[in-house]
Amino acid sequence: MCLAVPVKVISINGDEAEVDASGVKRRVSIVLTPEVNVGDYVLLYTGYAIGVLDQNEAQETLNLLEEIADFSEIR
Amino acid sequence: MKFVDEYQDSELAHKLARRITALSTKPVVLMEFCGGHTHAILRYGIRQLLPDTVEMRSGPGCPVCVTAPADLDKAIAIAYLPDTIIATFGDMVKVPGSRSSLQQAKAEGADVRIVYSAMDAVSIAENNPEKSVVFIGIGFETTAPTIAASVLKADEKGISNFHVLSFHKLTPPVVKALLNSGETKLDGIIGPGHVSVVIGSQPYQFISEDYGVGCVISGFEPLDILLTGDNLVEQIEKGEPRVEIAYPRGVKPEGNKQALKLMQQVFDVGEANWRGIGIVPESGLKIRAEYARFDADIASPVSPEPAKEPEGCRCGDVVRGAANPLECKLFGKVCTPESPVGPCMVSNEGACAAYYKYASDNGARYD
Ligand code: SF4
Repeated sequence: MCLAVPVKVISINGDEAEVDASGVKRRVSIVLTPEVNVGDYVLLYTGYAIGVLDQNEAQETLNLLEEIADFSEIR
Repeated sequence: MKFVDEYQDSELAHKLARRITALSTKPVVLMEFCGGHTHAILRYGIRQLLPDTVEMRSGPGCPVCVTAPADLDKAIAIAYLPDTIIATFGDMVKVPGSRSSLQQAKAEGADVRIVYSAMDAVSIAENNPEKSVVFIGIGFETTAPTIAASVLKADEKGISNFHVLSFHKLTPPVVKALLNSGETKLDGIIGPGHVSVVIGSQPYQFISEDYGVGCVISGFEPLDILLTGDNLVEQIEKGEPRVEIAYPRGVKPEGNKQALKLMQQVFDVGEANWRGIGIVPESGLKIRAEYARFDADIASPVSPEPAKEPEGCRCGDVVRGAANPLECKLFGKVCTPESPVGPCMVSNEGACAAYYKYASDNGARYD
């Protein structure tokens, strides 16, 4: 039940946003994420955006994964 | 899907698993709090990738599973009341109560509707002003803010026949209860990712400070979970337990302030009754007095007979990490997703359902 999926915000209208969920357009509530902007990715959970995804951190994690995986090969 | 596919790379997963194997010298027990993690771990065969020294236990992070039988019976009793519509997330419908289930109540004429969102329940109330609509509020801190938002929406729209039966539960207090009981010795905790989107990492600080156990908050893709496992094993090997976030694209240390604000506006902290664990102080959310008109406990009081656990079901042990689903004699024989005996076989996050669904087709290690 705590599974939330990343979706992209296409437009914002008051406390609702239109999002693209794997090609399907949906209206979701953004009352919990008023800071969201068009183009952001949010975590969609039961009709509500519960958090805005941080694209820089997402890349950092991928870099970290590469780094430590390579480290395992050297040892 | 962006933010998902990048974290599923199989080659990287194998490299990470080899690193964990190289790091790990002593046997450790890690608990994944969240049922979503249990499913991902089994689905992607992560247990087989990990070395024998790393044992995984599932925890209480399945809201349907930890709903106490007495609370479940209450919801079912309300379904039988006249002029009442029950709105609920789908998982709850098939869970057997002591004497009936929502599914059975429905077959006997009760109006039970499955909703995707609490907002849908508000709409049902708006469209059925002559009925009382009772939404079964189960879930952790991920769910509670959305329910709070739905109550505030009903308030704003002047909808007075929308009621919430709040069985909401809080994560940090039950982790504390498990650590206090000492029943299962845990060396590390895989923290729940989406609960933490809301509450952040700060509320878990006591886990390392008071109990010397590490807690790493994880995303739900295989690389997220392996990164978390790597972090925990390294902490344990170095003897340096910490609370960390391995899912920083979603989780900030302070959480989502707006979600927390709405949650606190509508709910007060109170005790909660957990299946298999019992009453845990300050581990639940009750509707505040200001919003009492939305409280199903007040709008639809019922007093069902004393509750009983399904006979032979070890769900209560499973949610404490004290038993593995395969240790239940009913698993896969009497108890299957088609005819579940306990909630751990019903829910999308239940450990028994995860074992049933994935363990056979990917040859998961039965331990
Ligand atoms: S297999 Fe079924 S009966 Fe056994 S613990 Fe799980 S839910 Fe309960």
